[in-house]
Amino acid sequence: MESPVLLLVLLGLSALAYQLGRRRALSVAGGQIRQLHSLPSYYGYHVALWCAVPALLLFAAWNAFEGSIVTQTVVADLPAHIRELPPEQLALVVNDIRNIVGGNIVSKEVDADMQAAADHYLHLRNLSRAALSVSVLGLAIAGAAFALTRVRREQRARNAVERAILVFLIASSTLAIFTTIGIVLSVLFESLRFFQQVSVTEFLFGLQWSPQMAIREDQVGSSGAFGAVPLFAGTMLISAIAMVVAVPIGLMSAIYLSEYAGRKFRATAKPMLEILAGIPTVVYGFFAALTVAPFIRDSGSMLGLDVSSESALAAGLVMGIMIIPFVSSLSDDVINAVPQAMRDGAYGLGATRSETIRKVIIPAALPGIVGGILLAVSRAIGETMIVVMAAGLSANLTANPLEAVTTVTVQIVTLLVGDQEFDSPKTLAAFALGLMLFLTTLVLNVIALHVVRKYREQYE
Amino acid sequence: MKDQQQAMELVRASLARRYAAERRFRVAGLTAILLGLTFVSFLFVSIIANGHPAFWQTVIQLEVKFDSQFLDPTGERSPDVLSAADYGGLVKQTLREMFPDVSGRRDKRELYGLVSTGAAYQLRNMVMSEPALVGSTKKVWVPADDDVDMLMKGHLSREAPEAERRLSDKQVAWIDDLIGMGQLEKRFNTTFFTAGDSREPELAGIWGAAVGSFFTLVVTLCLSFPVGVAAAVYLEEFAPQNRWTDLIEVNINNLAAVPSIVFGLLGLAVFLNFFALPRSAPVVGGLVLTLMTLPTIIIASRAALKSVPPSIREAALGIGSSKVQMVVHHVLPLALPGMLTGTIIGMAQALGETAPLLMIGMVAFIVDIPGSAFDPSTVLPVQIYLWADSPERAFVEKTSAAIMVLLSFLIVMNAFAIMLRKRFERRW
Repeated sequence: MESPVLLLVLLGLSALAYQLGRRRALSVAGGQIRQLHSLPSYYGYHVALWCAVPALLLFAAWNAFEGSIVTQTVVADLPAHIRELPPEQLALVVNDIRNIVGGNIVSKEVDADMQAAADHYLHLRNLSRAALSVSVLGLAIAGAAFALTRVRREQRARNAVERAILVFLIASSTLAIFTTIGIVLSVLFESLRFFQQVSVTEFLFGLQWSPQMAIREDQVGSSGAFGAVPLFAGTMLISAIAMVVAVPIGLMSAIYLSEYAGRKFRATAKPMLEILAGIPTVVYGFFAALTVAPFIRDSGSMLGLDVSSESALAAGLVMGIMIIPFVSSLSDDVINAVPQAMRDGAYGLGATRSETIRKVIIPAALPGIVGGILLAVSRAIGETMIVVMAAGLSANLTANPLEAVTTVTVQIVTLLVGDQEFDSPKTLAAFALGLMLFLTTLVLNVIALHVVRKYREQYE
Repeated sequence: MKDQQQAMELVRASLARRYAAERRFRVAGLTAILLGLTFVSFLFVSIIANGHPAFWQTVIQLEVKFDSQFLDPTGERSPDVLSAADYGGLVKQTLREMFPDVSGRRDKRELYGLVSTGAAYQLRNMVMSEPALVGSTKKVWVPADDDVDMLMKGHLSREAPEAERRLSDKQVAWIDDLIGMGQLEKRFNTTFFTAGDSREPELAGIWGAAVGSFFTLVVTLCLSFPVGVAAAVYLEEFAPQNRWTDLIEVNINNLAAVPSIVFGLLGLAVFLNFFALPRSAPVVGGLVLTLMTLPTIIIASRAALKSVPPSIREAALGIGSSKVQMVVHHVLPLALPGMLTGTIIGMAQALGETAPLLMIGMVAFIVDIPGSAFDPSTVLPVQIYLWADSPERAFVEKTSAAIMVLLSFLIVMNAFAIMLRKRFERRW
């Protein structure tokens, strides 16, 4: 039976189990619900859970291990001359066998051995599928039958069902922790493998970045250099340009919206500005590459400046536009949280509005604003699509915004998109860069969240 | 008395300056907002101005003689023979008959270049679905080559010197002939909405990417909504105040700010390399986007749960319901609109996300329309990225048009979320 059909049948069985459990509970109670510990439907749910959960667990475990067990059995039965090949070639053969089974294109001529192995594979897989169907459905029926025999008046069905629900809730909430662990482990492992080949100091302090490795030993001019300083510098340059655009505009518009604007103006202008936050970054990237970068290059050449067509300025400007709503809505929150009494006090002393804002509100809101800006910086550092589409690929160590620079995220994308071998430093470097990126943004976020929270407590 | 007067003098003297500073500050604030709004409108205007021509496509009318000698010399009319026939040759023959005075290899090749390579497939599909066509003559509109399309839309200048133009003088003359004969016109571009990706701009469409996006979003929604709501319910209603709960909260807040590309690295290392799930498949994309959108959904759902007043809970507990019953029967229904709003906003984010999907191989060039969540496919934003990288001028307008489609999906989703909030928002 195919997996979707099997799951549907399982669903049907569980529904049936629910009905049977409910009926059974009612008949045990002699039609008097009052005699039961829980409502009849809880007995139904209890039986349905016993029907579905063990069967689903078996299904998941079977699917997880089926592939490798079948492959191992097939490999063990291969003729000796194939079995004794080196591991890489054996892996190729296994791949070919799978391709024959899947009806795909095979890397070489299909000989009799391969065909036999493929037939064997197919046979084993079909066997395994059939066994899976039988055992899953058998387990489902057995579980339901077991639960049905246990239906009694005093059985605490509700408590059992609620415990199952609680287990699901707890499991869902721990997923966030597992995600973090997964991120850390996946980048950390590959990074460690990278640092076995390239020293940490070279990576952190080296000034040369050219990750093209020689494929053959005798190839010229591509030994690979993994000094990440130019990437960090490029990231910083573009983020700095973005912040120069976003912070004044975002902050000033937040101030205007919360202190000067009338209700109507605020109600229209705020959502309009927030449109900017909802636009996908790939759109910004296209806009930067197609409209902004040529515009900057042309106006630069009119002024007699030599501007690269992938200048840091274009990417930074557009990234700044993207971050404006981020800065403005965070600052808006903080400014609104400043108690009205402080404003009234300043007005009472005869200060004008702008003096109140500059001398009283901004200093009071400063920690929150700084926190918001830190979050925005972490956003800018991690931003990918704008720089991939509008910034350059070559790692220049420069502070000139008119030249092309590259960033950490651009390099991760270029290293990992396309064909890769998984143990070359070129691929592993991407994970090391990912680790740096994750750590940097993590530190920024922790500081920012801490500052913002501390500030909120101050006025609450 | 004198001091006071002096002080008043001082204040009065500085008033003009202070009021000017006030006005400047106010103008600066207004300028900032206007700048922001200008950016919004400029972005939209530039995208729409670039993209709207892509909804029209130049087509050429051919009077095709479905020659039975040419297509099916044996006269069997069997599908095998008909599908293997030389339809490209048929298109060329038709063009030669339309312009009989064209001779020479070079000129002929230029002539053939006016019509898209998709024309042959179109004729083949016509014959395959209606074999009776063989032997008859029919007028057929076929797509023109993208260079012709660009000329018609004014992106190729007729005045430019021939060497710098992608169309030769002869080709331009033939195009003018065709216009004169009424055999070349612009029509609504249905290909754009029904086709998959293609290397030829005139044959490329967004349907494949849209279907890929759909599968990816379905996977994301099916996983992230139940898990997100469950996590929020646990943290808001059941979790004890202890270190473990704090750890979960810190993790969720941090994940919300982790760069999306890092989730792509996670997907590559865990789902592809460790669990050996298929590359480029929407199911993996959905898994990665689930992890990415979960914090958004959890945070929004918790806010929705918080806004349900405690009196509801106390009343339910007071009449003897268990805690789970209280949550499922009373709190969840009241919090559901807020949770749905958060989920839709999370889905809109997921729909626009590109970077993590690049990491798990959804950037492949895929022509076929995916049939399930396990088929290789691409998604709308990645399609935009791929087209934006293509050198042909015609892809610029396709990219902008695809952006328009993507943005309209996002606007619809966000509008729906706002509507939901307005409709069900309740002040207690």
